[in-house]
Amino acid sequence: MTVGAQVKQTLAGLKGARAALENFVAVEENPEAKAVLSRNLHKVGRVIADMEKRLAVLEFEEPQYKGF
Amino acid sequence: MPDWFSVLLRSAGLFALTLFLARLIGKRQTARMTFFDLVTCMVIGVTAAVISLNLAGNPADGLIVLAVWTLFPALIYVLAMKFKAVRDIVQGKETVLINHGKVLEDKLLEARLTPEDLLSQLRRKNVFNFADVEFAVLEPGGDVSVLLKKDRRPLTARAAGLSAGQESAPQTVMLDGIIMDEPLAAMGLNRGWLHAELEKAGVAPENVFIAQVDSAGQLYLDLFDDAVQAPKPKVKELTFATLKKCQADCELYALSTKQPEAKKMYGKSVETLSEVIRELEPLLKR
Repeated sequence: MTVGAQVKQTLAGLKGARAALENFVAVEENPEAKAVLSRNLHKVGRVIADMEKRLAVLEFEEPQYKGF
Repeated sequence: MPDWFSVLLRSAGLFALTLFLARLIGKRQTARMTFFDLVTCMVIGVTAAVISLNLAGNPADGLIVLAVWTLFPALIYVLAMKFKAVRDIVQGKETVLINHGKVLEDKLLEARLTPEDLLSQLRRKNVFNFADVEFAVLEPGGDVSVLLKKDRRPLTARAAGLSAGQESAPQTVMLDGIIMDEPLAAMGLNRGWLHAELEKAGVAPENVFIAQVDSAGQLYLDLFDDAVQAPKPKVKELTFATLKKCQADCELYALSTKQPEAKKMYGKSVETLSEVIRELEPLLKR
C-alpha cells in the first residue's frame, strides 16, 4: 500500500467519525453536551482539511495512484 | 324488603361513600403512613363495615362517625400544610438515631426502637455494619434513612475524579409493536427515522416489544422473539475507536515523512485529535 492510499484510509475514517458526530449534535438536547460536540466537530473538520491538502501533494507526487 | 337485599344496598351505598370520602382526605395518606394516618384508616374501615352489617344501633350515628373521621383529618391536613406547629404534632418529627457514627441510645428509647430493630432497619438499607453509618434518621413514616460514611458510599464518577457526559432520560418510542408518536416528536424524530433504524438493525417493526431512544439518538430494542439477538447500538464506541485510530495513524505518518512541513502538519493533527479524544471521552465512553 502506498502512503497515499494509507492517508486516504485515515481520511475516510475521520470523515466517518465526523458524520457520526454530526448525528450526535443533531439529536443531543443538552446544550452543554451539544456545545462540546460541535466544538470538537469543528476541530475534526480542521484536521480533515489539513489531511486533504497533504493528500493533494501526495497525489501530485505519485500521479499513478490518483483517485480511489 | 328481604334482609339480604338491605345489606346489599347498604354495602353498595357505603362503598361509594367511602370511596368519595377517601378522595376527600387526599392522597398523602398512602404515600407516607404515620401512626395517625393508620388510626384514621382503621376507624373509617371499621365504621363502614359496622354500618354495612347493621351492627350499629342507628345507621345515622355511624354516618356521623364517618363524617367526623374524614372531615377532621382533612381539616388537620389543610392546617398542617399551613402551620409548622400543627405539622409537627400530626405527622411527628424525624428522630436522629445515629449521628457522627455514634448510636444515640436515648433517642432510640424515645422512638421505642430496640437495637435489633435498628440493625434490621439498617440491613433493609443494605447496611450490615453499623460502623459504616455516618448519620441515620427515623422518618415520621417509620423507615430509617441512612447516610453512609464518605469512604463507604458507592463510587461515583465525581468521587473517582472523572467527568461524565450528561444524559437525559431515554424516550420509549415503541411498545408492543405500536409506534408512539408523541415521544418520538419530543426527541425531534419521526416515523421515517424509526423505520430506517429498524431496517438498519434488521428487525421487523411488528417484532419489537419495547424500543427506547437515548439522548444520543441510539435505538435500544427488545424483541418478541427472544431467540433473535437484537443488535446493541455501538455507534458511540465505534466513533471513539475510529478517532483514536486516526490519531495513531497521524502519529505514524509524522514519524515516517521526511518533509518538515508535512511533519509539522501531522504533528498538529495529532495534537488536535488528542484534544478531541480527551473532550469527547466523557460523552462517548461514559
